[in-house]
Amino acid sequence: MSEIKKFLYVNRKAPYGTIYALESLEVVLIGAAFDQDVSLAFLDDGVFQLTKGQNTDGIGIKNFSPTFRALGDYEVTKLFVEQESLDERGLTADDLQEVMYEDEDDDWAEKPSIRIVSRSEMADIMADQDVVLSF
Amino acid sequence: MSTLHTVNKSPFATGSLASCLNHCKDGDAILLIEDGVYGGLAETSVSGQVQKMMGSVAIYVLGPDADARGLAADRLLAGINGVDYDGFVDLVAKHDRTQAWL
Repeated sequence: MSEIKKFLYVNRKAPYGTIYALESLEVVLIGAAFDQDVSLAFLDDGVFQLTKGQNTDGIGIKNFSPTFRALGDYEVTKLFVEQESLDERGLTADDLQEVMYEDEDDDWAEKPSIRIVSRSEMADIMADQDVVLSF
Repeated sequence: MSTLHTVNKSPFATGSLASCLNHCKDGDAILLIEDGVYGGLAETSVSGQVQKMMGSVAIYVLGPDADARGLAADRLLAGINGVDYDGFVDLVAKHDRTQAWL
């Protein structure tokens, strides 16, 4: 397969109440093997997936939030987070964990993977994809 | 380039329809399926938001899902079209991508 397609994984659910968030991350990691142009979108309750300080010791479920920090190693470096969704939930960018990647086109400089975008920018990103997978 | 959006949750239970309406673009289509068909009802707390989009976005309900729930055509917002399963397939084929609002 030679044609590179744009894949967007849309995350709209909070992390531990349902299995959607973990399953999305699993699919992203599996899909990363296929050399496509991958982006992740976080909006609505999906923004809660990226918050700092998650501790699941008391609920018997794996804390998968550190796994987002591994995505850069799989060339998944575009994590778009919607500003309005943060605002609605009383969150700011500072409440989110730091996710970095090394830019191979810029002497491996460390750069942030999380990019805060407006609702209308998010709509533009969604409209620019070949494939949209929703979770 | 356009998108077919599907919404399968009641707008009175989740924000899926509202979020869909907030992110769709002129020329897109929204197909209400499963419990999403309740979003097509007239004179509800969300019907104004749906109606406002109808100039720029085509809105459909999946007939069998509306029928199953006893939603007669005259209870739906004017301008919403019913489609059957073949019509669903046609909508998918007609647009460049399909986005599910779960």
